Formats: sequence, structure tokens, C-alpha cells
Amino acid sequence: MRTVDVLRFARDAATGYPLRTFLSVLAMAIGVAAVVVLTALGDGARRYVVEQFSALGSNLVIVLPGRSATGGFSPANALTTTPRDLTIDDAFALTRLPSVRRVAPLTAGNSEINANGRLREVVVAGTASTYLDIRSFKMAAGSFLPEGDWNRGLPVAVIGSKIKEEIFGSAPAVGELIRLGDRRLRIVGVLKSVGQGLGMNTDEVVFVPAGVAQSLFNTNTLFRILIEARSRDEIEAVKREVAAALKARHGGEEDTTVITQDAVLATFDKLLRALTAAVAGIAAISLAVAGILVMNVMLVAVTQRTGEIGLLKALGARGTTIRDAFMAEAAMLSLVGALTGYGLGLFGAFVLRQVYPVFPAYPPDWAVIAALVTALSTGLLFGIMPARRAARLDPVQALMKH
Amino acid sequence: MSLIRLAGIARVFHLGDSVVHALNGLDVSIEAGEYVAIMGPSGSGKSTLLNLLGLLDRPDAGSYRLEGRDVTTLSPDEQAAVRSLRIGFVFQSFHLVPRLTAAENVALPMMLAGIPAAERAKRVAQALKDFGLDQRADHRPDQLSGGQRQRVAIARATIMQPAVLLADEPTGNLDRATGDDVINLLEALNQRGMTLIVVTHDQKIGGRARRQLMMEDGELKFDSARQAPAAG
Ligand SMILES: Nc1ncnc2c1ncn2[C@@H]1O[C@H](COP(=O)(O)OP(=O)(O)OP(=O)(O)O)[C@@H](O)[C@H]1O
Ligand SMILES: [Mg+2]
Repeated sequence: MRTVDVLRFARDAATGYPLRTFLSVLAMAIGVAAVVVLTALGDGARRYVVEQFSALGSNLVIVLPGRSATGGFSPANALTTTPRDLTIDDAFALTRLPSVRRVAPLTAGNSEINANGRLREVVVAGTASTYLDIRSFKMAAGSFLPEGDWNRGLPVAVIGSKIKEEIFGSAPAVGELIRLGDRRLRIVGVLKSVGQGLGMNTDEVVFVPAGVAQSLFNTNTLFRILIEARSRDEIEAVKREVAAALKARHGGEEDTTVITQDAVLATFDKLLRALTAAVAGIAAISLAVAGILVMNVMLVAVTQRTGEIGLLKALGARGTTIRDAFMAEAAMLSLVGALTGYGLGLFGAFVLRQVYPVFPAYPPDWAVIAALVTALSTGLLFGIMPARRAARLDPVQALMKH
Repeated sequence: MSLIRLAGIARVFHLGDSVVHALNGLDVSIEAGEYVAIMGPSGSGKSTLLNLLGLLDRPDAGSYRLEGRDVTTLSPDEQAAVRSLRIGFVFQSFHLVPRLTAAENVALPMMLAGIPAAERAKRVAQALKDFGLDQRADHRPDQLSGGQRQRVAIARATIMQPAVLLADEPTGNLDRATGDDVINLLEALNQRGMTLIVVTHDQKIGGRARRQLMMEDGELKFDSARQAPAAG
């Protein structure tokens, strides 16, 4: 018997018994739809977290002076004092590395701000114009530090939202003069509130050009160098390039530590992936149940059509032909069920995205492929037994059952 | 060379402790083109014999040569091929596939034999015309009368142009007039050279055959070709 004829025969047999066909297709569809929707939820959660981290600058690579044994990043060690042997020239040299998009030097210290008749203790961060984009900060008013030679800073400052609030209230701050330690600086911008990040509350920081900060604190070293990689994939390349460049600049001495925020993110990513896989596994159980249902439906079909099987044998059908026809029928039930379930699952994920727009509930490709393959293979696997039973029927006995 | 040569055929069924000798030491030869009626009381082994002739069943002893070839030793697939190409079946209860149309039922043996769809359509159209069913091609079995159903079944049994047509009580489910039509149809096929073997309870129908075989308790009691009715 030709393959097209086997398929057509199986199709007609399936459509000839609409109720049982509908039920097994439905069971399979529910199984696949469950996998698709649940993995869309799980993977959506993962993407949501990753996106939140990306907003904080997940392509961030940080250089610390001194050799760290662990290399791990924690907010606590971001503020501890370390051998000061990073310079603005070191930082500037890193801007020329191929995988580096932006570099910002960072030197920090405590000082007093005196403005508008008020006095307040503040954290002063000396950096450059690039810092704004590396940290994805937004301006509430004015502009961030101007571009220019990092060593020769202009007498300007950018203040965090909380400082602006406490010193100027609702009055505009841009253009006002402040006194920072023994310096007189003009405010050129106010940051939007962002909250905690990298161990300091940015809303309570005064940003000044790196050169200004160094002369304020009477030092010529940097506290950190912040680097943004061109893409997530290039973070490792940046780590390597930066380490090599600094080693070369420091006379072959490995006296710096390069860390990434990505390490933290990777842990979250792994955790949520495992969660999604576990959820998919649970949903896959419904696929196995659907497979067993297909088997029962096919066993009923063999019993129902015993007379027909006997007839086919009398008309010259081989056992293998009958087996193939029943296998094809089981495969069709599974295939149609799986595709219907896939469609239903995609629709379910779509509804989820409409209801929760911030939540990127897309089923991951691996889950979709795994669900479809599992549906088809369970359908076929559970179709084998009924099909073989049909093929082995004794034709004389079968013909008597009519 | 006979078309069919049975020698020492036995078929035994075991039902629990009891043993049923459905066929017992049967020796029969049938020539190509013959018209044979098999008759006898219920349980005498007529259907069992027909199933053996159609390779649906295997004897427990004896040999069966079809067209000179020992067919009892063939593999199941080889037997299926013989059924497909050399044997046609007609059943008392028609055995049409209910979800298929008349045309599709007639095409079934050709589909199983792997004949291309275009060729099938041509031969089905011709057969339906020959059997006066061309207006019924797209009807399902439940939309046909008993006589029409049996004609579809006969069209199906002969579509592969088999050497022998086996009919087990083909008129058993039909009224007299319709049954006569069916018998006329079968006899017409026989006149065109097809070997015809009919199992029947009906004396009148049996009498129309050129040769009668009388069965009793699994044995051949009378063969009109030998013109020597056995005693008892
Ligand atoms: N599968 C089977 N298992 C057990 N016994 C069987 C089987 N098939 C047939 N028999 C027995 O073999 C004997 C012959 O049966 P068979 O069907 O050939 O009779 P028959 O002549 O066709 O009868 P009828 O005219 O009623 O159709 C009977 O006694 C029957 O009970
Ligand atoms: Mg019988």
C-alpha cells in the first residue's frame, strides 16, 4: 500500500469517529498548551528579571585597584579603601580597547556642601560625562558633566535629587553656585531619583569632574573604573582586554581586579531557567497522560473495527500495512492535538502579555520543540501496542465479529 | 494441472477439553473455470473449508496446491500477496467498510495492492458500470439496498481479476428475487472464465452449480464430479 493511501485511509478512519478523535486531540492539545503557557510564564519571569538588571547596566565591568582573592562583587567591598594605584590615564587608555563602549573614571570621598545658606555632609564622586550613560541615569534638569579632558575638570557639579530637595526645595538649582570643601562650583544639572546602586545612594551624591575631585581630595588615583561592554557577549572579552591592558601599563604587575555585575545576573538567570524547566517537566506529565489516552482510544478503535481488519486481511493486506495504518492514525491524533495545543498555548501567552504588559511571556523555543516532540513520540509510542494488536488479529476470527 | 488440489486436509479445533474435527481427511481437486456448490448441514465444515481455500486459515495436516504451488508453507506476507492477486471473497454479511463510499469500497483491494490512484479510478468506474452501480458510486453502504451492497462486494471481490471467487452464503441475507440476481451475476462471471465456489444452504441455488460437494462432519460425503454418492 502506498504511503499517501495509508495516510488517507488513517485520516478517513479518524474523521469517521468524530467523538473519540475529538477527545484524544483535546487531551493532547491541553498537554501541549500547558507546557507552552507555563514555560512562557517561567521564561517571562526570567526575562523580566534580566531586563530589570539590564536597566541597571548589566554590561557593566568594574576595575578595582588591588588584587582580590575572591574576585566576587559585593556592595560592601565597593567602598573599602584599597591601594590607590589606578590613574585617570589608566582609565583613558581603556577607552581604546575594541570591546569597550564607554569608560568612566570614578574617585570618591566625603566632603561638605555649602549652598543656599545650608550645610550638609555629602559623598563626592569624581567622574566624567560617560558616567551618565554607563549607569543609565536620567537628568531631572540641566545636563550632566560636560565632555572634555578628564585631568583638567571645569568647576561644575551635578547633584542628586535628594540633595537638591534638601538644599533648594522646589526652587531651581541649575546655575546656582555651591561651595564644596574649598571649591566654588556651578550646578549644571540635577539627576532624577534612582535610589540605591553600587553601594551608594546616588540621590545623595554630588558628581564633579574627576580632575576636580582629585584636587579636592589631594590625590591622583582612582577609586574605580567603570566600563560598559559593547554587548553582553563581549563582557568576557572586556574583562580579558582590560586585565591585559592594565597589566601592561603597570609593568607586568597584576595589581587590579576586574569584576562584572553579570556574575550576579547569571545566578538569577540559572535559577529561573531551572524553575522554568521544572514547570515544563510537570506540564509534560499531562502529555504522558494524553499519550495513554491516545492508546486507549486506539485500543477501542481496534476492537470497534475488528471486522474491518479481518476484511482488509481477506482483501490481501499484510500485517505491516494494517499496523502502519493504525500507527498513522495515532500519529495524526497526536500531531493535530499537538499543533492545536501549540496554537492554544501561543494564544494563552498572548492573553498573558495583554493582561500584564510588563511581563514578556513568550514560550522559549526549546520548550515548544520539546512539547511537540514529546507529544508526537508519546502518541506513536502508545500507538504501537494497539497497532500491533490489530496486525496480529486472526482474520477468520476477526471476520466473524461484525 | 488443477487450479486447486487438496490432499488429506485436516483442521482440528480445541475447545477446552473437547476436540472438534472441522475438516477430516479431505481430498478435492477443482479445475480452473469450474462452478462448484458446497452444501451440507450446519457445522459440517463448509466455512472452514472455504477459509482454507482463501488462505485465511491453515490446515493442521494435508497439502493445498493452488495453481500447482504449495501455499500452506508460504509466509504470512506471501499468503497475503496470494489473497490480493488470486482470490476474491464474497461474504454473507457483505463486509463493506461503513465510512467508505461504494467506489472507495470497490477500490480497497487495489489500494492495498499499491495500484496508483488514477488507474484505480478508471477500473472502479468500469466495474461500477458493469455491475449497474454507476449511479451509486458516492453512496455509503447504509444508503444502499442489500442487493446493491452485495453487488458492491462482488465488484470489490473481482476488481483484481482473481483466479477464484469464494462466496460464503452470498444470498443468505437477501430475499429470493435479490438473491437470484446476485447468483445470476456470479454465474455470468463464471461464464467469462472465473472459477466460482459457492457455499449455500439453498438446494435450488446449489442445484444450479455444475458440480456439488456435500459435506458432513468435516468429511466429503458426495462429489457430483465423481458420480459416486457415498453411502449414509
Ligand atoms: N474457531 C473455531 N473454534 C472452535 N471451533 C470451531 C471454530 N470454527 C469452527 N469451529 C467448529 O468447526 C465446525 C465446522 O464449522 P463451520 O463454520 O465450518 O461450519 P459450517 O458448515 O460453515 O456451518 P454453517 O452452515 O452453520 O455456517 C463446527 O463444529 C464449529 O463449531
Ligand atoms: Mg458457515
